[in-house]
Amino acid sequence: MELTTVWFILIATLWTGYFVLEGFDFGVGMLLPVLGRNDTERRVLINTIGPVWDGNEVWVIVAGGATFAAFPHWYATLFSGFYLPLLAILVALIIRGVAFEYRHQRHDQAWKNRWDLAVIVGSTLPALLWGVAFANLYHGVPIDADKEYTGTLLTLLHPYALLGGLTFVGLFITHGALFLALKTGGDVRTRANALALRAGAVTAALAVAFLTWTLGLHHTPAAITTAALAAAALLGALAANRAGREGWAFAGTAATIALTVTTLFCGLYPNVMPSTTDAAFSLTVHNAASTPYTLKIMTWVAVIFTPIVGCYQAWTYWVFRKRISVKDIPA
Amino acid sequence: MDTLDLARWQFGITTVYHFLFVPLTIGLIFLVAGLQTAWHRTGDDKWLKLTKFYGKIFLINFAMGVVTGIVQEFQFGMNWSDYSRFVGDVFGAPLAIEGLVAFFLESTFLGLWIFGWDRLPRHLHLAAIWAAAIGTALSAYFILAANSFMQWPVGFTYNPATQRAELTDFPAVLTNKVVLATLPHTLAACMLTGGGLVLGVALYHLVRGRDTDKPAFRSAAKLGAWTMIVAFAAVAISGDQLGKVMTETQPMKMAAAEALYRTEKPASFSIVTIGTLDGTEEVWALTVPNLLSFLGTGSFDGEVKGINNLQADYRATYGPGDYAPVIPVTYWGFRAMIGFGAFGTAIALLTLWTLRRGRTPTSTWLLRAGLVLPLLPLAANSAGWIFTEMGRQPWAVFGLLKTAAAVSPSVSTGEVITSLTVFTLLYGTLAVIETRLVLKTASAGLPDAAPPSQKTDDDQLAFAY
Repeated sequence: MELTTVWFILIATLWTGYFVLEGFDFGVGMLLPVLGRNDTERRVLINTIGPVWDGNEVWVIVAGGATFAAFPHWYATLFSGFYLPLLAILVALIIRGVAFEYRHQRHDQAWKNRWDLAVIVGSTLPALLWGVAFANLYHGVPIDADKEYTGTLLTLLHPYALLGGLTFVGLFITHGALFLALKTGGDVRTRANALALRAGAVTAALAVAFLTWTLGLHHTPAAITTAALAAAALLGALAANRAGREGWAFAGTAATIALTVTTLFCGLYPNVMPSTTDAAFSLTVHNAASTPYTLKIMTWVAVIFTPIVGCYQAWTYWVFRKRISVKDIPA
Repeated sequence: MDTLDLARWQFGITTVYHFLFVPLTIGLIFLVAGLQTAWHRTGDDKWLKLTKFYGKIFLINFAMGVVTGIVQEFQFGMNWSDYSRFVGDVFGAPLAIEGLVAFFLESTFLGLWIFGWDRLPRHLHLAAIWAAAIGTALSAYFILAANSFMQWPVGFTYNPATQRAELTDFPAVLTNKVVLATLPHTLAACMLTGGGLVLGVALYHLVRGRDTDKPAFRSAAKLGAWTMIVAFAAVAISGDQLGKVMTETQPMKMAAAEALYRTEKPASFSIVTIGTLDGTEEVWALTVPNLLSFLGTGSFDGEVKGINNLQADYRATYGPGDYAPVIPVTYWGFRAMIGFGAFGTAIALLTLWTLRRGRTPTSTWLLRAGLVLPLLPLAANSAGWIFTEMGRQPWAVFGLLKTAAAVSPSVSTGEVITSLTVFTLLYGTLAVIETRLVLKTASAGLPDAAPPSQKTDDDQLAFAY
């Protein structure tokens, strides 16, 4: 396999990992006002992701860095072209990250309420905008012969992209609710279970519509397969949740997110950013890539370090495997 | 102002802001890890309390460092897309490796450390903070390797067909003589900053705090003061090394550090100058003969090239243009770096004197010194980076790519005005919130810290947000 293809797969994997992991902590953040009815319950919610959210967020930093290293033109066109949405994502991630660390520093309800709002907005906005961004990546955007994006902010906000954004929000809310069903006890768990079912039903409709539209734009046999599997995994997750199998249900939404992202990347290849101006201007794994030497070095680094990171991140989840409920929270 | 100027202001503001938290937290994490190690070794509760106390201040700052760091990585693509296209083949690799090797390590193990007090055996919990600390140092190395390529590009070839710098020798990039000189200098400056905070807060408590806390803060003050003194010595030695590498690789930066317009042999160093610094009128200057020659070349009568002479050389090599940075910024940046660092260290020396043979300081003068102390190494760090980055101008990558050619062509002035405004307002607001929180946390006394024990699933969490 060519190294450019290897790196396309690796970058797809990094984004997939990011959305599967940060997806549930975005979901928990969005559900803060819904499932956390009082301060103690909100603390239960935040403590389920407290030890892991920062490690989850590093996935996006590595995805960005890997894109920079392996496909500099992709990185340059994407980040300069999607300037304002990325600015909004950055602001959201900033206030969200600070909120997790600062919320508990003062016992003052007004202070906590403000940070809760930061968590809610800081989780919803990136979920929505990453969906919009990835739908646009798949759909194609105006790019000229110099590999420069020539559209505006409004170019990115068409119905397909917005449906993509809503689908990401729905998937992450369902994923987050199932994570909470798996990680909490008592009342919060019961409510998370019930909510996952309702949110899951709406999300299933959104996801089916989005995936159908996606395949309608253009498709490959692999993309059809992964899209079908994504839909099946979501239905399986909801069925497992009804049957009280929370672990399987959570694995189901994780698979749904992974397969949805995979569908987008499968349909994209060998393009990385198709141009709607002229197909000849599209960025591809070939014309956007770094030199074979750089890709070879980066491959070695990835082969050595990715499994190590995977091991210690998995260990973290094992260390904090215990369910948390209201009685665990110190006054 | 055009898009280029706005993008430069944004990069300057976001980077200087980010780099307040970086040296502070790198310094602090090693000191907190040291405090916890002392508790692990001696079992003395004092060390545990100090670990938790300074650990809390560390975490408040670390959060800010993390969230402002993401901006840094995105900004290369957002505002400097032509830079990214030009250097991505070389520059992207250390950046990606920093994420994969360093950021995962520090974020994951810090999560384990924060929430793991009663979930991990003691030795593993101690190992977690050391792993996170090593992560921060690795991060410093990889990002400095990337920056050093901008100061002194090595291990690449320019490919006219693709119009970009292409990597040919990655080990050469990782062992660039600039990164080998910059890394010890930066890490020592980080320790100076961490030491400054530990000492400053301890001084406050020694003068104003509870009597029961004083023995512990006495130890903290000594730790902070000694850290600063040793770190300053390391900063000076590594700075001397770096100065020689800089004179060799970027002679214009050394000339700009002294506002030296004509080549001199030997060259003197001015402590302060009153005048315009544009080479025309110098009202008065306090100078040390031969010192610049020594700083730049290692010999007291070495030749140091002047700005005008270098301008002529560069015009011959690179074509017409202005190849000198903004001289007042480099001249005063260089002096502020040394001055603030030295001033902070002088306070540390004085503190050790007031603590000698069991004495407890009571002077309100020392209390005031304690309040400004943490700011001095921070100011020195900022000044150093402003000097080194502004001193490289007009180049983004020295000798290869000018800053003016690096900016994103597809990003409009309106977009950059928007982001510059948003970042400035957001960072300003967060600065107020974070400073208040640090002051509140630092002025509170030591926490009651019962030694943690491994708990059963029915116990309450020892640590929760």
